[in-house]
Amino acid sequence: MRKLPEEREASTSGPATAGAVKHDSAALHVSGKARYVDDLPAPANLLYAYPGLSTVARGRILSMDLSAVRALPGVAAVLTCDDIPGHRDIGPVFPGDPLLAEGEVSFLGQVLFVVAASTQQVARQAARLASIEYEEQPPALDVVDGIGEQRFVRPTHSQQRGDTRAALEAAPHTLRGEFHSGGQEQMYLEGQAAMAVPQDDGGMLVYSSTQHPSEGQKLVAEVLGLPLSLVTCEVRRMGGAFGGKETNANQWACLAALLARHTGSAVKLRLARAEDFITTGKRHPFYSRYEVGFDSDGMILGLDLELAGNCGMSPDLSDAIVDRAMFHADNAYFLPAAHIRGHRVQTNTVSHTAFRGFGGPQGMLAIENIVEQIATATGLDPLDVRKRNFYTAEGGRDTTHYGQQLNQHIVAPLVERLERSADYRARREAIREANAASPVLKRGLALTPVKFGISFTVQHLNQAGALLHVYTDGSIQLNHGGTEMGQGLYTKVAQVVARELQVDLASITCTATRTDKVPNTSPTAASSGSDLNGMAAKDAAGKIRRRLTVFAAEHFGVAEDEIHFSAGYIRAGEHKLSFAELAQLAYMHRVPLSATGYYRTPKIHYDRTTAQGRPFFYYAYGAAVSEVVVDTLTGEYRVLRTDICQDVGDSLNPAIDVGQVEGGFIQGMGWLTTEELVWGEDGRLQTTGPAGYKIPAISDTPEILNVELLPDSPNTEATIFHSKAVGEPPLMLAISVWAALRDAIASLGEYRHSPPLDAPATPERVLAACQAVRTAHREPRP
Amino acid sequence: MIRFLLNNELQEVDQVAPCTTVLDYLRDHLGRTGTKEGCASGDCGACTVVVAAPEHGRLHYRSLNACITPLGNLHGHQLLTVEDLASEDRLHPVQQAMVDCHGSQCGFCTPGFVMSMFAHRKNHAVPEREEILESLGGNLCRCTGYRPIVEAAVQMYDPAIEDAFSAGESAVAERLTALAAAPGSLHLAQQSYHAPTTLEELATLLTNHADARLVAGATDLALEFTQALKPSDRLVFTGCVPELLRLEEKEGYLEIGAAVTYSRCQATLSAHWPALRELLARLGSQQIRNQGTVGGNIANASPIGDMPPVLIALEATLVLRKGATIRELAIDAFFKAYRQTALEPGEFIEAIRIPLPHEGDLFQVYKVSKRLDDDISTVCAAFRLTLQGEGETITAARIAFGGMAEIPRRAAAAEAALTGQAFNEQTLEQACLALHGDFTPISDFRSSAAYRSEVAANLLRRLWLSQQLSPAQLQVTHYA
Repeated sequence: MRKLPEEREASTSGPATAGAVKHDSAALHVSGKARYVDDLPAPANLLYAYPGLSTVARGRILSMDLSAVRALPGVAAVLTCDDIPGHRDIGPVFPGDPLLAEGEVSFLGQVLFVVAASTQQVARQAARLASIEYEEQPPALDVVDGIGEQRFVRPTHSQQRGDTRAALEAAPHTLRGEFHSGGQEQMYLEGQAAMAVPQDDGGMLVYSSTQHPSEGQKLVAEVLGLPLSLVTCEVRRMGGAFGGKETNANQWACLAALLARHTGSAVKLRLARAEDFITTGKRHPFYSRYEVGFDSDGMILGLDLELAGNCGMSPDLSDAIVDRAMFHADNAYFLPAAHIRGHRVQTNTVSHTAFRGFGGPQGMLAIENIVEQIATATGLDPLDVRKRNFYTAEGGRDTTHYGQQLNQHIVAPLVERLERSADYRARREAIREANAASPVLKRGLALTPVKFGISFTVQHLNQAGALLHVYTDGSIQLNHGGTEMGQGLYTKVAQVVARELQVDLASITCTATRTDKVPNTSPTAASSGSDLNGMAAKDAAGKIRRRLTVFAAEHFGVAEDEIHFSAGYIRAGEHKLSFAELAQLAYMHRVPLSATGYYRTPKIHYDRTTAQGRPFFYYAYGAAVSEVVVDTLTGEYRVLRTDICQDVGDSLNPAIDVGQVEGGFIQGMGWLTTEELVWGEDGRLQTTGPAGYKIPAISDTPEILNVELLPDSPNTEATIFHSKAVGEPPLMLAISVWAALRDAIASLGEYRHSPPLDAPATPERVLAACQAVRTAHREPRP
Repeated sequence: MIRFLLNNELQEVDQVAPCTTVLDYLRDHLGRTGTKEGCASGDCGACTVVVAAPEHGRLHYRSLNACITPLGNLHGHQLLTVEDLASEDRLHPVQQAMVDCHGSQCGFCTPGFVMSMFAHRKNHAVPEREEILESLGGNLCRCTGYRPIVEAAVQMYDPAIEDAFSAGESAVAERLTALAAAPGSLHLAQQSYHAPTTLEELATLLTNHADARLVAGATDLALEFTQALKPSDRLVFTGCVPELLRLEEKEGYLEIGAAVTYSRCQATLSAHWPALRELLARLGSQQIRNQGTVGGNIANASPIGDMPPVLIALEATLVLRKGATIRELAIDAFFKAYRQTALEPGEFIEAIRIPLPHEGDLFQVYKVSKRLDDDISTVCAAFRLTLQGEGETITAARIAFGGMAEIPRRAAAAEAALTGQAFNEQTLEQACLALHGDFTPISDFRSSAAYRSEVAANLLRRLWLSQQLSPAQLQVTHYA
């Protein structure tokens, strides 16, 4: 039977410092009191909305007969694109995403019309009763064909350093190859949901499970033809998002608002899981092909790499996503000569979108596959190949292929530390010996690094606002533009304010993110939540502190530098009073106790015409060692142990950070192992729920999971208390699992043949790779 | 009318559509929104609730997926949801452990985990990690990576206090016994739900109403309501008929009543056939095993159901009843075609009879799926070889596969290649060759046809290797 994790002490979650406070909603979560959109008390006469979907992937709509939909008892309204008063396209950056199809369908599951009915059940049933005639066209689904046919949603972008062709020609060894990585469904446990409530002034209040309330507000306003000031979007929390509620939450908010406007009633739209799978975008499947030049020591001399993201039917965020794949096509390795091209291929599937890592994982996996190939070709331990190629401070090997100079060289020491603590070398030897004596089960081991760039690569998104109220009892209400999707952002930002004002965390209440409190916000994405909103909140708290300091100095007749905030009290010379007493005193003396805060990330720029710049404020680093066991008869496997060291700078909250590291790692492991999206030749998604789409379950978590936050390594950039972002980087630690599977399979051919192992490495792909290595091993080498 | 306790509050429900799920009843009818909908198909555990039923004067607690449980199935039970655990604003030890271990992030799966953990704590005196993973394998969390949840499931035992539920146990048991005494039913216009309490009543209902759908655990049937949106007008529940709930060892065979759930017969089956232990632990999830029945698994006639190939290999027979007429049928004659069975209109499975193991039988069962926990088999294989002469000769072979054809069925050619042959590697290789003629599997999202064929043969090879290698050397699920 399955072996279970060793018992561990609770304290291994992270150092028990004052920073490791609990999630602000933890008690509400465990008692079922935390409300999500679908849990909000229903307004009177609430209607339920449901979308009607296309049943073909590509074609022209000849006719749409909705009479049966309208005739179902309980149906209140059925709307099509002709009923939209304002904008019909809700493409977030570029057009291409019709709110409701107009004449054409571009993927199977595209929304054609929307129903409002008295119950969720009636709305769902009605949505299936439409009679639609199409002039069907064969769907374009293949990404490789798409490159050949130049079928792109956006132009190809190219990054270049040196003369790659010459470098490849001069290199002692070269390899060519291609590689596929699969998509990934976000599979947030709370599905997409929005509720729109018409206001008496003609405006609309929308409760939406969204990472980007300002974009929801803007699109609802545009669709309804209203000024933004008449639309408010609110989100208190999401039941997970992972990028899937960045742009993909908008359509449901817009449809609910459209119906609410049309009927005058509040309207809720909540997708059932199958429709959530079918109608919302996923992580982009990627295809890459490369030629790499290297020497016998495994040093990379030149790389020509084409990365192609399968974008689905529209641009959505694909420009930035493929860019980020390109920015991470070096991972932690210096590429002396490189030519990286990024294609955005259009296919007739749902438009793929953000997912934790935002293209970064796909680019990083492409280069890690290349490194693995080099290791097999040179006969070196893959770890040695990796270490030799790391960026270094010396030797002119400190600048990326897009011109950003690295100024914190911690990947090498971090990897050394992990190599020692995880006992990599001894285990490597032990595994090789054990494998030789084990005919069926083979173990594998791999250590892989992560270097992840932090900042939105779209410059203007790197800004944030906050709003802070201090009340006369000393209690504080905190609001900022970031959204809470489980990552503990509210908790961390409240900790920042508590630290700045030296008050008890319990005195701070975080209120729902609302576009009428903090306007023009950026999505909570790109791991930037704490960096941006933490700084904005600190700015607001700093203003209050400054006003209180000035006031107290004047009031008590002491110098400003004699005012000290500490542990809930303020000392002004010889006077000591509680924060609440000072707040009340300040109020009585007409000192404003409310402040806004603002932050914009400095130093960043990227010129797309020259493909040079500094797109990232800084990098977050990490590394993981994973050990697996593989059944070479069936392709089944288990991850036995993983050791992680993650650089989070000076952690704002070690418990929350460890949670992000572990959760990100397991989610990445799912992407690379059991999570397989399957589309049929007709463009129909066949894996439409957790029955067929297998995210990691509890037994998939390694028996031994040791997580360390790299100690004593503050961010050298002036981030919020010198912390680092932690949302996305750990996902890519899971590449160690994929590489370990590859290592186990390679044992079948005495590590001399490279297992062809595309991602996800399902048992089927693992078994196929086992067979390929066995076959190659039997054949005489040329 | 159906009657149940919602925590301690009596619920008497009648005018409700029979296909209403417990989840929809809680959220839409009662406004109790602590229980979440994650998938409405029993695959994520977000909606996990706990039901208690009297047993020997005490209460037996089971975790269930509320999203696929018809409301009527609650008749005579106590229903506990996440809102019921905390008392006077004091969190239950299970909840407190989740808070203390940072076991929630987004919080949406958390109520389901809390309820699965609560049921686990009620059913296990001490925290054993293997048992914890078995109990929580049907609860998906997308945020934490599970490590803190496992930790919380250990920590919830400390302090080992009696909770409010333990104190009230016998009183609740008494109330429930009284509620269950009368048969339950629901009516809405021409729709109905009946929970008969005698075999005769059940047989009569089915004979008189050709349109009636038989409900056992509803783990598959409910998908017609929640996914296909095709509710049934008339449901008849098997779970209140005592004769269908029996688990008895008779002369030479084990008889399992058709409404016996997997979790009820898991221990007995594993004791007789240790090879079933892993399969049963990986069959669905704890919630599904608590709800799903062996009879339902057979009658549902899925091409993949994990137990049917096992029962075919073990030469099980089915006791079928129609009115007062009873017939016994070999299980491999029961499956006719894709989702079609030998059941006649009005006929139902009363019991499953499994011949007890013989000396000299080599019996092995293997399940291969994409994910180890809570996944439908890509291929499921059951092998039973009768060996003679120090295990040297195969005198009989019964091999059955799930996932390889439109019904679970035997591998006749492979069986023939083994029967009468020496038990050695060459014979097994011959059987592997023959196996390719037995099946033409399909490609679907679980795997390609080629993988299925290859794995099926390799499982036969594994059977041979199991004679030389220990399970720890042969299966990742046993690897230590």
